[in-house]
Order: sequence, then C-alpha cells, then structure tokens
Amino acid sequence: MPWTEVAVDRAIKRLSSADKNAGGRVLSYREALREALHQALKRDPRVFIMGEGVDDPLGIFGSTVGLHREFPGGRVFDTPIAENGLTGFAVGAALAGMRPVLVHMRMDFLPLSFDQIINHASKLCYMSGGRVHVPLVIRAIIGRGWGSAAQHSQSLQALFMHMPGIKVVVPSSAYDAKGLLLSSIADDNPVIVIEHRWLYDIKGGVPAKEYIIPIGKGVIRRPGRSATVLAVSLMVSEAMEAAKKLKEDGIDVEIIDPRSLVPFDWEIVVDSVKKTGRLVIADLGWRSGGAAEIILGRIHNKIRGYLKADVQIVALPDTPTPSCQRLERAFYRGSEDIVKAVKKTYGLHKR
Amino acid sequence: MARQVKDRDLIQIYETMLRIRLFEERVIHLYPGEEIRTPVHLCVGQEAIAAGVCHNLLKGDYLFTNHRCHGHCLAKGMSMSSIMAELYGKRTGCCKGKGGSMHLSDPDKYILATSAIVGGNIPMAVGAGLALKFRKGRNISVVFFGDGAVDEGAFYESLNFAALKKLPVLFVCENNFYATNSPQWARQPLDNIFKKGEIFGIKGFRCDGNDAAETFKTSKKLIEKIRNGSGPYLMECRTYRWKGHVGPDCDFEKGCRPKYELETWLKKCPVMRLEAKLLKKGLLTGAKIEKIRRRIRQKIARSEVFAKRSRFPAAGEVYADVYWKG
Ligand SMILES: Cc1ncc(C[n+]2csc(CCOP(=O)(O)OP(=O)(O)O)c2C)c(N)n1
Ligand SMILES: [Mg+2]
Repeated sequence: MPWTEVAVDRAIKRLSSADKNAGGRVLSYREALREALHQALKRDPRVFIMGEGVDDPLGIFGSTVGLHREFPGGRVFDTPIAENGLTGFAVGAALAGMRPVLVHMRMDFLPLSFDQIINHASKLCYMSGGRVHVPLVIRAIIGRGWGSAAQHSQSLQALFMHMPGIKVVVPSSAYDAKGLLLSSIADDNPVIVIEHRWLYDIKGGVPAKEYIIPIGKGVIRRPGRSATVLAVSLMVSEAMEAAKKLKEDGIDVEIIDPRSLVPFDWEIVVDSVKKTGRLVIADLGWRSGGAAEIILGRIHNKIRGYLKADVQIVALPDTPTPSCQRLERAFYRGSEDIVKAVKKTYGLHKR
Repeated sequence: MARQVKDRDLIQIYETMLRIRLFEERVIHLYPGEEIRTPVHLCVGQEAIAAGVCHNLLKGDYLFTNHRCHGHCLAKGMSMSSIMAELYGKRTGCCKGKGGSMHLSDPDKYILATSAIVGGNIPMAVGAGLALKFRKGRNISVVFFGDGAVDEGAFYESLNFAALKKLPVLFVCENNFYATNSPQWARQPLDNIFKKGEIFGIKGFRCDGNDAAETFKTSKKLIEKIRNGSGPYLMECRTYRWKGHVGPDCDFEKGCRPKYELETWLKKCPVMRLEAKLLKKGLLTGAKIEKIRRRIRQKIARSEVFAKRSRFPAAGEVYADVYWKG
C-alpha cells in the first residue's frame, strides 16, 4: 500500500515542534489542508474527493480550490445535496477499495447522514467479523459568528465519540491540518476530520513533504507546571491566550492538544495532571454530554488522587446558538473563560 | 424478450432455487430448537428473483442485500456452511458470529455489506458502482431491496446519483407487497415501483418475480447493457413471501394478511413452476429431481454438522474488529 512509505512524524513526540521541522515554510491552515489533499490524490489513485461545492471557485473556503483541474477524470466532483446518500456512496466506494474524502461545508449537515455513519460506516468492520473495512474520511467544518445562528455553527464531535468504530480528529494548527488529514486518508477506518472555520487563516510551519501524525497521540502545546488545560481545536489558541494572562498571575499553564478525540491519548493528560494537580477541559461543544464531560467521566478515576481542586469544564451553555452579536458574545466561550476556570481551581475566582 | 433461455441455464437456476428453498425450510425446522438465536427473515416464495438475477452475475460483481438475505447470498455462491455457522453464532460463520442472519456477507464473493436498515444498502451499492466506474471494468453492482425500501429517501438519492454518474448498477426491487405488516397501498399512492426511476432517466422493467425464466431473462438483458456502459436500470419483481415477516411461522393466523392471498400465491410457487416447465421440456425427470434434492439435502446436513460442531467465539472476541487492523 502506498501509504506505508509516508513518514510518520516521530520528531513530534509529545512536545509540539511543528515549526522546527518545517524548514521555515509557512502555510495557512487552508493551504495545509489543500496540500494534504493534493498530495493524497497524487500518491494514491484510490483517493477521490466529493462534496457539495468541492469544485466551485471558492472550493470549500479554499481548501479544495482548483484540485478538480489538477486531477481530472472525475476524482474531485461536486455532488447532489443528499448527505445521507452521499455518505452511503462513499461507504460503498470505500468498501470496494477506494479512499473517498467526503466534504461538508458545515458540520451541521452531518445529522442528515447519521444512518450511513452510525448504522453503516462505523459498524461494517465489526459486523463482518473484521473481513471488510471502510477507509473513509469525512471532513466537517464548524462555523461560528456573523450571526450564523443555530444551524450553521454546531460542534457535534461528542456525537461521534459516543459510537465505537469511528475515529475523530481535531486539527488545531496548520501543521496538524496537513498531517492529520493525511493520516486520516491513510487510515483504514472511517475518520471524521473536524476543522474549525476560524482556524483557516492561521499560519504555521508546514513541511513540504508528506507526513503522518499518529492518530491517538496528543501533544503538549505549552509546557507548564501549575495547571493543565486540555483544549480541543480552536480552544487550543484560546488556551494559549489564557496562558499569557495567567502567567501575569504567576500561574504556569500546561496546554494539551489531544489532536484526536477518538482514539484519545489518556496518558498524556493523566501524566500532566499528576504534575500540576489541576485540570481544565475546554471544548467547543455543549456542556451536557459533550466531549469535555465524556473525557472527564473516563479520566476522573485515574486523576482523582492527584487533584488539588475540582476539574473545571469550559463548554457552551446548553442552548442553541443565537444569532445577534450581543447574544453570540454571551454564548461563546473563549480565553477569558479559560482564565476564570483556571483561577477557580485556585479558589481565586468565584462566579 | 426475444432471446431464448438456454436449457442449461434453466436447470442451474432451478438448482439454485431449490437450494434456497430447502435451506430455508431447514432453518424453519431447526429454529424452534433455539440454537439459531438470530432473527431470520425467510425468503420462501421469493427464490426466483435471487436465483434468476444472480445467474447473470460474475464473481467480481458486487452484491448488496438486506435483512432478507439468505437467498441472495446462496445464489451468489456463498458457502452454505459459513452461512449456517453464522446463524448458529459460531466463529466459523461468515461474520465470525458478529453479523447474524441479517448481515451475511463475504468479501471473497463480493458481498461486502448487508444492511438491515431498510434502504441502507442502496447507497452503498451505488458507491461500489462508483468504484467500479473509476476502475473501468465490465463488472457491475447489484442491489436487492424490498418495496418498503422504496419509501426511503435513500432510494431516490441513490437513483439520482447513479443516473447522474451513469453508474453500473442494477436496482432490483423485490415487491412482495408488504413491509412487515404494512401493505404497499398503505404506503405508496401508486403501484408503480418500476417507474420510479423515470424522473431520473432510469428505465424500469416490471416482471413476474415468481417466474425464474423471466427474472433471468429480464436481468440478463439489463445486465448486458449495464456492462456495456448504459448506466443503471431498475427492475421490479412482483412476488410474495410465504412466511411471516420474521421468524419461521406464518402470520395469517395472527390476522396480518388475508389467507386467500397466500393461497393464490402458493399456486404460483416459483420452484414448482420451473420444475413443471423443465419436466415438460424433458430436461428433468422425477428421478433426476430426486437426485438433485438428495444432493442438496446432504449439503445442508453437512453445513448443519459443521455449524453445530464449530465453537463459539471466545468471549474476548467481543472487543476485536471494532477497528480494522489490516
Ligand atoms: C430504517 C428502518 N426502518 C424500519 C425498519 C423495521 N423494518 C425491518 S424490515 C421492514 C420492512 C421492510 O420491507 P421491505 O423493504 O418491503 O422488505 P421485505 O421485508 O418485505 O422483504 C421494516 C419496516 C428497519 N429495519 N429499518
Ligand atoms: Mg416487502
């Protein structure tokens, strides 16, 4: 299989060194995604890209732009607006030996394809006793702001953490956008790649070569001694902001980016909390039954003995997303909330 | 349909039908013993569709079926023992005891996935068709589904896309006029399943699903066209299931369907019909039929012994195969 030759990024280990091995090459998150797709299409004739608008002039916020011209022969194609069907087509093609990448401009459209994701993609390997597999990638973009309201803004990652058989990756940097998308395409299982629209313009070191980031290994984005912040996707940069502010108060935050929610790197979090004794989990989804609660529920027994304070969760309040700016501001969570949550573990902040 | 069906084809189709019929009857016999602990949706009465259509398939043609899958899988050449063992929940079963009756599959026979979500198999079959189109061969993808699946959006999404991309897919609807206990007329305003592809430019054909020569001929014609790049076709085969929706019993006693319906359809038994034809043509004799039956019974008996003697999967197996490890 052509994917075994792709270099696995071992240099990364636990500490993020993304910019170091990029040789000074800087790309935006969107460019990194596009480069990954380009290289995957070039490397592997089984790869194809389908989705509503993948070949239009805007090309999924620039992440697929022009690929249909560089790879003719129907390998990058626009589709009917029929998400469940599309997912089934991709599942069937994957079963039959292809490596489809299905793209959704908004994660909110995934609920229409739940039958094919939940009842089919995630279960076929198991139901066949491991005789078939579904090497499928579903890219889903989380929107936010500009009054997008309740149907164009959802972070539904927790739904996909609930069912076995699916992997969920959450790239938070340009480096990860490329590496994790490539590893998802190389993976033999269904992988949902959750991208945040607000990350598309961020820039970072991205090596020109193909590289794969192991799915299931987290990374320390900022080493620190006094409190652990586990941050998902966009929340990583919010946590970095928060860390700067907290430093002024003498609080040295360690920031962990899990990189994938399924499988999850429990060890990296446990090890960090052993050291710091404090944990804040910052997610983009709702509080109830969200990624943060799922992670906490699983990890609590392992860290209880080391905790100096209750674990804090930064997540969305349990309401749909409002539209107007004023309410959006009241709804979303960010660096200030992380600062408050960390301080709370010190008994410094009372709500 | 001008083309004559070859005698040899008819005999083979007859044997396949008989194999399905006797297998299902054996399951009915065994089921009350409670060693088969998986819901069985039997296809007794509908054998002519699986046998007729699958007789036109090549090994490399994909087949997608649904909860009522035993017949299709046997007709596509799956090993009877691996099916029986799966019904018994054994590790020698085609899905190692993890699929059961509703999810029989065998990638070696190009049966990649069998879905018990009504309509769920149709998009996957189209996706396999897309893969075939990328690879540019002459193979096709066939999907069997019931009249109930025609109610689902996935059916229409699939027709639309298969037509749009001219995919090598044969849609075969087994219209047995019921989805569980719900009659077709309670769910569909018109009795015109074969026409439901027309708005997408897909030609449809209706045939007597209890006449194996007809299901064979009709599908033969369509499959040849599809192999030559015509794009998809839709076939509606009208038939009737003799048993209840699920399980070995009939459902007439419970008032699920009127008794006269069954009586009418029993007279149209697909196996007897072809048998009579073959006897009349002198292609078979009573003695020859007995020989065939005996051979099939022996095969079934062997599959039973195999299934019963096989071991259950170890408890630790419950954790395996969630993800593919290669
Ligand atoms: C999506 C979905 N809805 C409902 C069911 C329950 N169910 C199982 S089989 C069936 C009837 C299917 O009828 P049809 O497609 O005509 O196939 P048949 O059983 O007649 O062969 C129903 C409603 C299901 N399995 N999946
Ligand atoms: Mg039916």
